[in-house]
Amino acid sequence: MDFNFIREYVPYFIAAAVLTIRIASIGISISILFGLLCSIIRYFRIPILHRLIDIYIELSRNTPLLIQLFFLYFGLPKLGIVLSSETCAITGLVFLGGSYMAEAFRSGLEAIGNSQIEAGLSLGLTKSQVIRFIVLPQAISISIPAFSANVIFLIKETSVFSAVALIDLMNVAKDLIGLYYKTDETLFMLVSSYLIILLPLSIAFTLIERRLRHAGYGN
Amino acid sequence: MQDMGIEVLFQGRNFVRLLEGLWVTVRISVFSVIVSILLGIILGMIMTMKNPLLRIITRCYLEFVRIMPQLVLLFLVYFGLTKMFRINLSGEISAIIVFVIWGTAEMGDLVRGALTSIPVHQYESGKALGLTTVQNYCYVIIPQTIRRLLPQAINLVTRMIKTTSLIVLIGVVEVVKVGQQIIEASRLTSPSAAVWVYGVIFFLYFIVCYPISILSKRLEVKWRN
Repeated sequence: MDFNFIREYVPYFIAAAVLTIRIASIGISISILFGLLCSIIRYFRIPILHRLIDIYIELSRNTPLLIQLFFLYFGLPKLGIVLSSETCAITGLVFLGGSYMAEAFRSGLEAIGNSQIEAGLSLGLTKSQVIRFIVLPQAISISIPAFSANVIFLIKETSVFSAVALIDLMNVAKDLIGLYYKTDETLFMLVSSYLIILLPLSIAFTLIERRLRHAGYGN
Repeated sequence: MQDMGIEVLFQGRNFVRLLEGLWVTVRISVFSVIVSILLGIILGMIMTMKNPLLRIITRCYLEFVRIMPQLVLLFLVYFGLTKMFRINLSGEISAIIVFVIWGTAEMGDLVRGALTSIPVHQYESGKALGLTTVQNYCYVIIPQTIRRLLPQAINLVTRMIKTTSLIVLIGVVEVVKVGQQIIEASRLTSPSAAVWVYGVIFFLYFIVCYPISILSKRLEVKWRN
């Protein structure tokens, strides 16, 4: 281990990690909203739209992110649509993440029995109040485990962004290995960067899940 | 309309080459899946044991493998392992090593989940009916475990196939690489080939993964109770 080398190149990894976190947080926030929208459209069976969303979900869940990115980054410019690598990365992440989030929310919504909605209505709540105070709180607490697994999965998926010329952690690592042949040090920094990003998140989600498990009623 | 780009797919053996590339991907994932299912069952059984030391070791292994992006694991094996032990691993071999390590962890966790989800009274009522331990496992526990396990294990296959797309980044010649070669070769004759080639690869992955995920979903619904 050459610690001088590590000290010298840590700033590169920090910059790359910041970029990864930034793109991941933008992409994941949009995909949460998009997924919620998709799951609501499917839940209420809005005519043509819910068919389209079914097709989208199957397409996005059964293809790898790398291929989606290649299509966006190398394919679309030939049709006259030029996206910067950052836009590409975010679009790809939302395309992939939207369907995973939609599935997570769907499982939560489906777990709420009709009796809950009817009980709410018979108590004199309006339909929007039923959704706000009865359906959503329960649905969200049920879908939290799937939801947090998806967040971690999506952050892990950002590692392929180096393929569309973003200077992310993988890209920096690959460059340093290629330039200086300091494989051990570079891989050590790479692994620690991902651990520093993902380990606290994973622990935090475990704690949140443990707390929210008390929120389920009715079984 | 002299150039649509789509005719590139049908020039020479291009389409067959793409399919051959897909075969490399599928071959690597099927092989890794089979090995990791076998190892995963063993790991899952170890994880249900009460031995604290084994528990800590397996837990660390599981957490590390699940928290690292698969691409990082590929780099660790392809660049790190080879340099550390001064050996020469081809991209394909490193891919198989990584997918076996990753698949074993995922599969082990699924097996552990399935085994612990069987209520204790199932074991006890088997015994109360006078079944021997072997009979108890063969007729009561294992059939129920398989029903809970199989849909998720099949789901793991699609995840594995999707993840194998990453191996192009460590230099394995598979479907994406073949696609890139075709695009490069026809750069001057049909510049817009990229749309078609990547579009076709996108649907090839879909055609491979979609039936498997349908199967997994069917089994899950069928075996829910």
